[in-house]
Amino acid sequence: MSVLAVADLHKSFGGVRAVSGVSFAVAPGEMLALIGPNGAGKSTCFNMLNGQLRPDGGRIALDGQDITGLAPRRVWRRGVGRTFQITATFASMTVRENVQVALLSHHRRIWRFWQPTSALFAAEADALLDQVGMEAQADRAAGVLAYGDLKRLELAVALANAPRLLLMDEPTAGMAPAERVALMQLTRDLTRRQHIAVLFTEHDMDVVFGVADRILVLNRGELIAEGDAAAIRADARVRAVYLGSGATSGGH
Amino acid sequence: MRISRRTLIAGTAGMLAAPAIVRAQGSTPIRIGEINSYTAIPAFTVPYRMGWQLAVEQVNAAGGVLGRKIEVISRDDAGRPPDAIRLAGELLNDQKVDLLSGTFLSNVGLAISDFAKQNRKLFVAGEPLSDALVWENGHRYAFRLRPSTYMQAAMLVDDAAKLNAKRWVTVSPNYEYGQSVVKWFKQLLAAKQPGVEFVGEQWPALGKIDAGATVAALAQAKPDAILNATFGPDLTNFVRQGNTRGLFEGRGVVSVLTGEPEYLEPLGDETPEGWIVTGYPVDSVTDPTNKAFIEAYKAKFNELPKMGSVVGHALITSIVAGIAKSGSVDTEKMADGFPGATFDTPFGKANWRALDHQGTLGTYVGKTALKGGKGTMVDWRYVDGTDALPPDDVVRKMRPA
Amino acid sequence: MDFVLVQLLTGLAAASSLFLVASGLTVIFGVTRVVNFSHGSLYMLGAYIGWSLLTRLPREPEWFALGVVATALATGGIGVLLETTLLRRIYRAPELLQLLATFGVVLMVQDIVLKLWGPADLSLPRPRWLRSFVVIAGERVPFFDLVLIGIGPLVLLALWLLFTRTRWGTLVRAATQDRDMVAALGVDQRLLFTSVFALGAALAGMGGALALPDGSANLQMDLTVITDAFVVVVVGGLGSVAGAYLASLLIALLQAFGIVLLPKITLVLVFAVMAVVLVLRPNGLLGRPPAEARGEAHVLALIRPASRALRLLGAAALVAALLAPLLAGPFLLSVLTEMLVAVLFAASLHFMMGPGGMASFGHAAWFGLGAYGAAFAAKFLLLPMPAGLVAAPLAAGAAAALFGWFVVRLSGVYLAMLTLAFAQIVWAAMFQSVEITGGDNGILGVWPAAWAADPRVFYWLTLALCVAGTLLLRRMLYAPFGYALRAARDSALRAEAVGLDTTRIRLAAFTLAGTAAGLAGGLSAYSNGSVFPTYISIGRSVDALVMVLLGGVQTIAGPVVGALAYTGLFDALLLVTDLWRLVLGAAIVVLVLAFPQGIAGTVQRLWLRGREA
Repeated sequence: MSVLAVADLHKSFGGVRAVSGVSFAVAPGEMLALIGPNGAGKSTCFNMLNGQLRPDGGRIALDGQDITGLAPRRVWRRGVGRTFQITATFASMTVRENVQVALLSHHRRIWRFWQPTSALFAAEADALLDQVGMEAQADRAAGVLAYGDLKRLELAVALANAPRLLLMDEPTAGMAPAERVALMQLTRDLTRRQHIAVLFTEHDMDVVFGVADRILVLNRGELIAEGDAAAIRADARVRAVYLGSGATSGGH
Repeated sequence: MRISRRTLIAGTAGMLAAPAIVRAQGSTPIRIGEINSYTAIPAFTVPYRMGWQLAVEQVNAAGGVLGRKIEVISRDDAGRPPDAIRLAGELLNDQKVDLLSGTFLSNVGLAISDFAKQNRKLFVAGEPLSDALVWENGHRYAFRLRPSTYMQAAMLVDDAAKLNAKRWVTVSPNYEYGQSVVKWFKQLLAAKQPGVEFVGEQWPALGKIDAGATVAALAQAKPDAILNATFGPDLTNFVRQGNTRGLFEGRGVVSVLTGEPEYLEPLGDETPEGWIVTGYPVDSVTDPTNKAFIEAYKAKFNELPKMGSVVGHALITSIVAGIAKSGSVDTEKMADGFPGATFDTPFGKANWRALDHQGTLGTYVGKTALKGGKGTMVDWRYVDGTDALPPDDVVRKMRPA
Repeated sequence: MDFVLVQLLTGLAAASSLFLVASGLTVIFGVTRVVNFSHGSLYMLGAYIGWSLLTRLPREPEWFALGVVATALATGGIGVLLETTLLRRIYRAPELLQLLATFGVVLMVQDIVLKLWGPADLSLPRPRWLRSFVVIAGERVPFFDLVLIGIGPLVLLALWLLFTRTRWGTLVRAATQDRDMVAALGVDQRLLFTSVFALGAALAGMGGALALPDGSANLQMDLTVITDAFVVVVVGGLGSVAGAYLASLLIALLQAFGIVLLPKITLVLVFAVMAVVLVLRPNGLLGRPPAEARGEAHVLALIRPASRALRLLGAAALVAALLAPLLAGPFLLSVLTEMLVAVLFAASLHFMMGPGGMASFGHAAWFGLGAYGAAFAAKFLLLPMPAGLVAAPLAAGAAAALFGWFVVRLSGVYLAMLTLAFAQIVWAAMFQSVEITGGDNGILGVWPAAWAADPRVFYWLTLALCVAGTLLLRRMLYAPFGYALRAARDSALRAEAVGLDTTRIRLAAFTLAGTAAGLAGGLSAYSNGSVFPTYISIGRSVDALVMVLLGGVQTIAGPVVGALAYTGLFDALLLVTDLWRLVLGAAIVVLVLAFPQGIAGTVQRLWLRGREA
């Protein structure tokens, strides 16, 4: 059974259809890329999946359970991890503490007023940081990290609730090209091992074709193509959309 | 500006320079603790301070009391009751004052009175007008000098009744003083003039009057007469809007405190004529005691005294007289000795009532007028405090046993 | 109907007066993000300078106009002085520190004006034309009211033209939306800020001078006007000039008609309006949601466990505090008691303001409700003191939970002002319910129980409760809840994305802060033996804010240091000088310049630097 099943999703803003009739599914351990030119509806689609936006119509199911219209934190509770296009971390905390907060929330230990946090889930946090190669920086303030490191921290945080699905919005935006593929390779290794499904949007076609198992192409709110890298490369409509819109591989 | 502390220090230095005299008298000065809202309400308290400074100087020049000089240790409460209470503690415990005195705001006065009761120390309030100070919350150790809100209302009510106005409106700052003035005035006037109606009231927040709207709202009630209890900046705003809009034309106005120089002066050439007010006709008093006070004050400070100056001055003389009668500065002896003590004030003789510890210092009642582009009081008369107080049995009922 | 028309005109005139002050404040805030507490002082200076000029000028209208313009220029000049010597140095400091600096200026200006112009109210003699009126619908309408009615929209128009038709205005608008972008474009930001501040100050001064025909220059007008001006600015939407005019209209008209229907509403009307507007429109009438300020992250410091040295220092201070009664006299003891109460009060505000990111301009509400809770328990329920000290935090906490439900949905200055609105509503309720609360005369006779009547015993009790309360709050900040709270502040987006219910967390923090402040209030009630509405006054709220900012928002020791420094300074100065406001204000300004991160914050920074070097 698929981890995520999206059926006939619709969303309009003031009469403009942003997403219209989008359906797809993601299997456990699968890495699915959602691409399309600017304004294609990727972000809208993403924000409906993570709870930031409520769809006008359609159904989103996680492990067969309906999560349509749930608030972001409830979506997260169901086992969905997230990273943001512009990194969002807790700047007044260390790298380890960032992960600890996610772990505390996952284990429902937030409403504790007495026990010092430092002793709670520190080992688990370090293990997660180790996975993303951040263990050496565990005691640094998140506010002073380099951008690539922030991205890896976000990944560790997103994995803290042992998610079934990882939603990554433009995960490599703002990174140097060499770092981009490395980050996504790391993501792929981690998620495949734990059978975590990944859905990500991405501008960089080298990243998309390099790591995605399957690719969805959105244009003007509609799904126009679906398939593996070779199939998408060969798809005439995709070529038309990208060439027509002037965007090329790797462009920004 | 002449500032108290400097003169106070100079005074102290003067005494230190003549230790022989002090030693000859075989004692240290009597220490009077004094607290007031010097920074919060300077318009009243600065002249008030000059008043007590003059009195201290005069008392000491005349040899002091019980053979000892007097000395005032003064504190600024910043208008905050809790700070006043702490400073009272400082005066009591660190400065070892023999008694406490002063205060302007009723809530500060009541707080210190309660502190005095708790600590069994004498407290002589100067300015606070709250009736509660000597009635509902009165106690053995608390005395109050000035005519209270009840007395102010009572002094005006005879003339108010003579207006023979049927429809009254009131405008009063929205706090205890204003509420109390309106309450007593309504009650006393209704008793004196059956059938009188109060057809409207305005309660501007202290210092925040929206004068135009207030005046229009009062006019809307079509009153025959108006009771005003606003003062200070609010009064200036109110009078200006009222003058321009013609609110006071053809209407009697009874106004509490407006004849006091601190509130009359800012009205300048816009002082409305014919208002029935309580106050202090400093430019036209004829009484020799009062004139002597004015001369001495002018000689020292080069300006005319204000009502605050009178209160400050009388506060000291009333305390000195109480101490003289008690023959001691022991608190219990003073609590026994103060009641009945008679003292001189710029307004004439007054005494501390045994019944409720209210001072019988009165005030002037008269009409406002314009003279040479300045406001003044005419047709005034001095009303002794004794004549503006309720019957003894009524007072007894209000005072806790 | 005639009455309605006249009252409408009166309201319009009042609206213009309000707008003149508020427009300057909103322009300054919009561009510089400075919460300029001294705006009322500039208004007061405008009135006094205007008085000095106008009493010396001929009395004709053209000379009056000239005098007003000259006053505006003069206060504009004072604004330049203020901006270049003080504010410019602290733009990079944590948010709201400028508020502390301008508070110091307020104190200084009060004494300076008293020294220069004396204590008496100064009224400008009105020439005939200023006393004249026009008969409209059978009623007299003051001519000057009509002048004011015209001036408001004229100033609005002039500002609009200035902002839309000039290059300077374009830059100002750009800076209002994105400060960093303007800086990146190579515009001399310093000059821009200075000129904006001068404009705002000139508007304030003009407002002060134009208040003269209707009243007097007096020493209370600075604080009287500043709260109303802030309310207008916030109701209109921060930085929105048109919004400020709209809000002025709304408030002035409601006031003009409100006092006819409900004369006693004067105490609370403007704050009730603000509360309603903010609950319905969290960014004011015409305000836009604030853009996430970039680079703010750098300001947020890590909260690390206290170092060994700091722990030793704390322990030593505690021992000293325990032994103090053996040496201190009764007065010193009462000052120390007050300081302890202040420590808990400041720590409670810091809890929500620092880690919680929710600055409050109305924290005295909870302090006061605690005090009243204790007083009610003692006087009406005749409960013993321990029960009163339990009632105090419970009452305050319950009210904080109730009001907090609305408050925590807002952010930034809007949130702070909604707390102020609620505090003023609570204040008015206590002030007006004379039968129950004694009104402004307060509730007396709330003295400690016999076993704690000895000041030393009461001091030890206060010490125990305040230290325990402060340490408990501190402990919570190191516990998971404290991390969740900081998470909600650092990034609400991320916090929600890791399953945190940020609204509930913030509400819990707000309630806890209110509860702790309530305990402080209860102790204060017993320590002073009385309770007054002043416990809930704006001044009291400002005290809390000053203590936290003085100590440093970003350190846990900050509020403790700030409370001790501020109350210590205040109490000492009150005893030694008449000019305590001048000295205290100057001290605050110097401290702000010397310790831009707050005393504890800057010391900690230097300490860490020293250790890393």
